[in-house]
Amino acid sequence: MEGFLHQVFSGLATGGIYASVALALVMIYQATHHLNFAQGELAMFCTFIAWALLQAGWPYWAAFFATICASFILGLLIQRILLRPFEKAPVLTNVIVFIGLLVIFNSLAGWIFDYTIKPFPSPFPKDAWYVTEYFSGHEIGSVGVTLCVLLVLYAFFRFTPMGLAMRGAAQNPDSARLVGIRVSWMLAVGWGLAAAIGSVAGMMVAPIVFLDPNMMSGILLYGFAAALLGGIDNPWGAVLGGFIVGVLENLLGAYVIGTELKLTVALVLIVGVLTLKPSGLFGKVVVTRV
Amino acid sequence: MPKLLEVGKLCASYGATQVLYDVDFSLEAGHITAILGANGAGKTTTLRALCQTVRTSGSIQFEGQQLVGKATESVVRLGVAHVPDGRGTFTALSVEENLRLGAYTRKDKAGVAADLDKMYQRFPRLKERRHQQAGTLSGGEQQMLAISRALMLRPRLLLLDEPSFGLAPLIVNEIFGIMRQINSEDRVSMLVVEQNASLALDLADHAYLLETGRVAISGPSETIKNDETVRRVYLGI
Repeated sequence: MEGFLHQVFSGLATGGIYASVALALVMIYQATHHLNFAQGELAMFCTFIAWALLQAGWPYWAAFFATICASFILGLLIQRILLRPFEKAPVLTNVIVFIGLLVIFNSLAGWIFDYTIKPFPSPFPKDAWYVTEYFSGHEIGSVGVTLCVLLVLYAFFRFTPMGLAMRGAAQNPDSARLVGIRVSWMLAVGWGLAAAIGSVAGMMVAPIVFLDPNMMSGILLYGFAAALLGGIDNPWGAVLGGFIVGVLENLLGAYVIGTELKLTVALVLIVGVLTLKPSGLFGKVVVTRV
Repeated sequence: MPKLLEVGKLCASYGATQVLYDVDFSLEAGHITAILGANGAGKTTTLRALCQTVRTSGSIQFEGQQLVGKATESVVRLGVAHVPDGRGTFTALSVEENLRLGAYTRKDKAGVAADLDKMYQRFPRLKERRHQQAGTLSGGEQQMLAISRALMLRPRLLLLDEPSFGLAPLIVNEIFGIMRQINSEDRVSMLVVEQNASLALDLADHAYLLETGRVAISGPSETIKNDETVRRVYLGI
C-alpha cells in the first residue's frame, strides 16, 4: 500500500509537468488550430538558457524568472518572424514549419551547449518542511509551481482586458477585428505565453531527467497524450489529463508493463483517444454541416 | 453640412469575382442612411468594404481620413462600428464579456462602466442575462447584443447589416425603435443595409438603391418611396 501511494504521488508530480506542456499545446491549438510539434524543443532550449544563467552565477529564482521572460520574447518573435507569413497557409505547411523548428532548436541546443548530459538543480531542498514520506521536495515543489502557473493564467484570461481580447480573438477572429483587436498580435502573445509555460515545464522536469537536447522528446508525447485525453480545446481538461497520464504512466510502469515500456502508455493513449473519443474527456464535439 | 463619409469609385472583389463597380455615395453626419437592393446586389460587400474586410480599390474618406488600405482594426479605432451579417457574437463568452470586448479600444474605465449601464437600461433583457453564454441567447437578444457591442465603441458611424434578419415583426419593431432612439439621443450616424425596403425607408433619411454592384437610384427616403420602379419592384405596391 505504501509503495502504491508513493507511485501515485510521484505520478502526480510528473503529471504536473505533463499538464504544463499540455497547457502550452492547448493554448496554441485554441488560437490557431495547430498542434505545435516544436513545443518540447522550445521548452528544452529555454531550459538551457536557465542553465547558462545559473552557470554564470545567477541565483536560482532570478534565473527562473529571467528565463520565463526570455522564453516569452522568444515565442513572440518566432510567431512574428517565422509563422506570420504562414498565417493563411494550409495546415500541412504549418506542420512542416513546426517540424523545422523542432530540428532547428534541437541542433541549436546541441551546437551551443553540446550533447553531454548535464545535471540541473532543483530549487526545492530535500529536507524542507513540506517534504513528506510520499512526496520529495522537488515533487511537491513542481506540483506547486504548476498550480501557480495555472492560477496566474486563469487570472490573466479571466480578469484582464488583454486576456479577454485573446479569448475573443481565438474564438471569433473576424468579430475580434471588428471591435479593434489586433488579432495577429494576440496570436504572438499566445505563442509567447505558450513558450513561457513550456519553459517552466522544462525547468521543473530537468532535475528529474537531466538536461540534454533530447530531454523533452518523451515528455512532449506525454503532453500530447494529456492534451488529447482532456480534450485539445479545453485548458482545464488538458491539466487534468496531465495528472491522469502522470499517475497512469507510473502505476502501469511499476505494476504492469515495467519501466522500459512506459512511453508506450502515451502512444497507446493517443491512439486510443483518437479512435474511441476524438474530442477527449472534456472537449467539445464540433459538428459541421457540409 | 460637412460629409461624414465620402465614397468615390469604390470597387470590391472576392478573389477574381468583382462585386462592386465604381460605387459613389456619401453620408451626412447625424443621419441614418439606408442601402437597399436585391440579393447579391453588393449591400453587405459595401459595408465590408468600408471596414476593409474585403479587397477594395477607390476612395473612402471618413472625417478626412482615407480608409482604403487600412487594417480593419485601424478603421474600427477611428470610430466605425460594424454589426456584421450573422451578428458576430462571441458565442462562448458571456453577454457582459461581449460588451466589454466592444469597448476594448477605449481607455476611459469610468466611461465604459457608464455605457455598460446605459446598454442594460436600453435592453433590460441583456441585463437579466449578463452572465449567460451569449450563444444561448435568442436571435432577437443576439441582435440587441450585437448593436450594444458596437455602441460600446462610442462609434462616430454605426454600420448595420440586416438588423431585421430572421426576427419576428414585434422584435424588429422594438429594435428599429431603439435604433431611432440611438440616432436621435446619442447622435450616432448610421448606415443600414436592409432587404425589407419599406422598413428601411421609414427609418432612414436618405437611401441608395444598389443593382448588381452599382448605385441605381439615390435620394431622400421620401422621394425614393414615391419612385415608380422602387414602388413596383421593392415595395410591392
